[in-house]
Amino acid sequence: MADKTTSAPFVRKEMLAPEGPPATQIGAVKWLRENLFSGPLNTLLTLAGLTTIAYLLNLALPWFLHSVWNAKTFSECREIVANTWGPDAHGACWAMIRERWNQFLFGFYPNDLYWRPVLTFLLLFVAIVPVLFREWTPRLMVAGGVVGALILWLSVAYGDAIPAGILVVILVVAGLLGRSGRKYPATLSWFTLIFPVLALWLLWGGSIWMSVAILLGFVLGGLAFRLVSPAGGLVFGATAAVLVPILWWYYGSEPFALALDRITGHGKPFWLREVRSDDFGGFVLAFVIGVSGIAASLPLGIILALGRKSDMLLVKWICVGFIEFIRGVPLITLLFTASLLLNYFLPPGTNFNIILRVIIMVTFFSAAYIAEVIRGGLAALPRGQYEAADALGLDYWKAQRLIIMPQALKISIPGIVSSFIGLFKDTTLVVFVALLDPLKGITDAVRASLDWKGIYWEPYIFVGCIFFVICFSMSRYSMHLERLLKREHR
Amino acid sequence: MATTAETPQSGFRLGMLIYDTRYRSITIQIVVVLLCMAAAAWLIDNLFSNLADRGKDLSFSFLWNRAGYDINQTLIPYSNDDTHFRALLVGLVNTILVSVLGCIAATIIGVFVGVLRLSSNWLVARLMTVYVEIFRNVPVLLWILVAFAVFTEVTPQPRDFKVTDQMVAEGTEPAASMILFDSVAVTNRGTFIPKALYERSLGEIKIGFLPISLNTVAILAVIAASIFAFRRIRKNASDVQDRTGLRPSTWWMELLVLFVPLLALLIALGFHLERPTLGGFNFTGGILVLNSFMALWLGLTLYTAAFIGEIVRAGIAAISKGQSEAAAALGLRPRRTMSLVILPQALRVIIPPLISQYLNLTKNSSLAIAVSYMDLRGTLGGITLNQTGRELECMLLLMLIYLVISLMISGGMNVYNNSVKLKER
Repeated sequence: MADKTTSAPFVRKEMLAPEGPPATQIGAVKWLRENLFSGPLNTLLTLAGLTTIAYLLNLALPWFLHSVWNAKTFSECREIVANTWGPDAHGACWAMIRERWNQFLFGFYPNDLYWRPVLTFLLLFVAIVPVLFREWTPRLMVAGGVVGALILWLSVAYGDAIPAGILVVILVVAGLLGRSGRKYPATLSWFTLIFPVLALWLLWGGSIWMSVAILLGFVLGGLAFRLVSPAGGLVFGATAAVLVPILWWYYGSEPFALALDRITGHGKPFWLREVRSDDFGGFVLAFVIGVSGIAASLPLGIILALGRKSDMLLVKWICVGFIEFIRGVPLITLLFTASLLLNYFLPPGTNFNIILRVIIMVTFFSAAYIAEVIRGGLAALPRGQYEAADALGLDYWKAQRLIIMPQALKISIPGIVSSFIGLFKDTTLVVFVALLDPLKGITDAVRASLDWKGIYWEPYIFVGCIFFVICFSMSRYSMHLERLLKREHR
Repeated sequence: MATTAETPQSGFRLGMLIYDTRYRSITIQIVVVLLCMAAAAWLIDNLFSNLADRGKDLSFSFLWNRAGYDINQTLIPYSNDDTHFRALLVGLVNTILVSVLGCIAATIIGVFVGVLRLSSNWLVARLMTVYVEIFRNVPVLLWILVAFAVFTEVTPQPRDFKVTDQMVAEGTEPAASMILFDSVAVTNRGTFIPKALYERSLGEIKIGFLPISLNTVAILAVIAASIFAFRRIRKNASDVQDRTGLRPSTWWMELLVLFVPLLALLIALGFHLERPTLGGFNFTGGILVLNSFMALWLGLTLYTAAFIGEIVRAGIAAISKGQSEAAAALGLRPRRTMSLVILPQALRVIIPPLISQYLNLTKNSSLAIAVSYMDLRGTLGGITLNQTGRELECMLLLMLIYLVISLMISGGMNVYNNSVKLKER
């Protein structure tokens, strides 16, 4: 027996440890095989992609590596490149940005007044917090701290330039930020409401009382509505709320501002040096036009979309005509109309600010597109939503406000934000009505100087990068918002 | 019944105009229309008093005056002795040219980009994403200016193409060379492309002011006839397949019908290409394509292609996976799945936004002003406006023409939309 067992064929008694997968099936090799070389076509594509990257790098990398950061003129830049890297080398001349960044950002805004647009820009973040965020998160608090620190730094840097009045404003804002803003950012929305007139005063200067007078118009309108609507009903209340401010702005505001101006004089807290609209330029101009256009076009777009969906035929036709006309012509022709033709259509002798005209045209243009986007959102809502609102006995405005609009706007977020991005990019077109946009206006102005004649790529790259950062983060924010508001369960 | 007895009689009170929903909408509409009419009347009144102040009138007769300026790219005959109206037409044709070529190129690039973004190849998909994000998030004006800078600053001068005897002796190459089999020269003075010539030309006829080359007409007619015949062959084959279940082999007939007539016509006409050649300091022969045109076309194309790529990607991604799985379950091969199941559905999603991109491209072509390309805005809204001082008429006409173009494109879109709309109950 013993003999038999020993001569029996080999039988393994213990289990072998499992083999690892073949080298081609793990790690980097597997990833490469699956993602880059899974077939002949894929391999070809990968090679083509690599060639493209190599070509672009070969084109641009030496140029970037040979960058010059310190020079006074373009020829000096070229000299430095030639001395360091040989006579045939090319190099980027970022010294231009170092020398002229203030023009790209501020245009010809007076040097000693840079703190005003910067302060406005910082306050803009305070103003949009109640719109964009629903609760105070730690990250938001940190951002608020950064903005506050920047404002402090600004007042130290331009300490003597800042009149006491602004410091008071900042302190009030900071105080309210700490006190009432503790629970929800929405309690800050009063600041959002006064921000436009505050920005108007900070950017253009002049007397604060004009801004106060403009603001008072809205307050009077609200008061009129409160007083009239209990007695006369909604319709008369609304009429009063529209008529009273118009009358105030037309007849009352100027004497009011002048009278207060005479009392306070050109004293520091109430008076800022005036800046002409021609001096605006660069990204200050792009932001002024872009932000006001964005803020004004959304409400106008909603009204136009509702008008287009309205049962009232005449209202519908007017809205359709407006939307189709604006969408049918290029923005440039509208801007030319604003600069060339508006004087024909206004009473003889009227002349109002070119930046304001451009803002109005850009707003119209963007509002027509937003109206179409929102119309799509309204059409995508199931009929049941409208019927349910009717069944609850809600009137038209309540149904819109509580049921229809929240859903329709949620659906239209991507479209609305891409309209905003388009609007911001379109602010560069104002160069054709002789305003100094950062892309062509300022670049041409810089290139017109002897020092920087012949510089092409650096200004385009600089301005393009800033636009990219702003527009890209807007589109990312809209994607974030879309995910946040997603309610369907899948 | 008590309730019916209590309803008020149909006496009409003034308050019902506001508080009765039956009348309220009429009241609102009348008020809105009155307000609009008042506003329009105010604007028009201002307009006439302003015109009177400046001693101007509203008249379009200036269109028939002598223009007196030259245009550097004219597809229809034009000289500075022609009228402003003729200049307008030249500008309109230039606008249409750059828009149509831009739409075609942007569609081709955009479809490639959109499909490649969905590709399983990691590198290529990332590259395309980078392309789309970079081009979408930067103003189109920048791309046009960059393209213009490339064409005027980076491209070689015509004299760089020169091959001297010394170079031949030394065996060195000139600084620049022509591309595409020595037929296209990209220089800083413009791009020179070959020109089609016919030895036995059919001549041309004039329709109104527009000369039409009979050669082109003949070629187009032959192509149309070929396509018609090709369709008939296909249809016949399908009919045979429906009857007998066997599809006759027709590929050689199709090739024959598509290419032989055209080739025969070209040979009969004595078709040949005239290549641009270097003479002295510049190229002669061929067609000169202006740098301003190339820059505008390239800038608009690359910018719009990024948007189209995104539209194509979204359209294909919108078709649920179940569709391709169902097609596979039915036994369709991948190519037929694509052409019979995925594409027809994806196109329904893709086409409407695609057309609105065409519309945007056409409107953005008015940025020609940045590179001094003489499009409609350059002629009618530029030099004509400045020379005649008739801002009002010129701008109104300009807007009207753009509006008509836009309405035509969106009208075409509506027709298409209705034809592919899902027939729902």
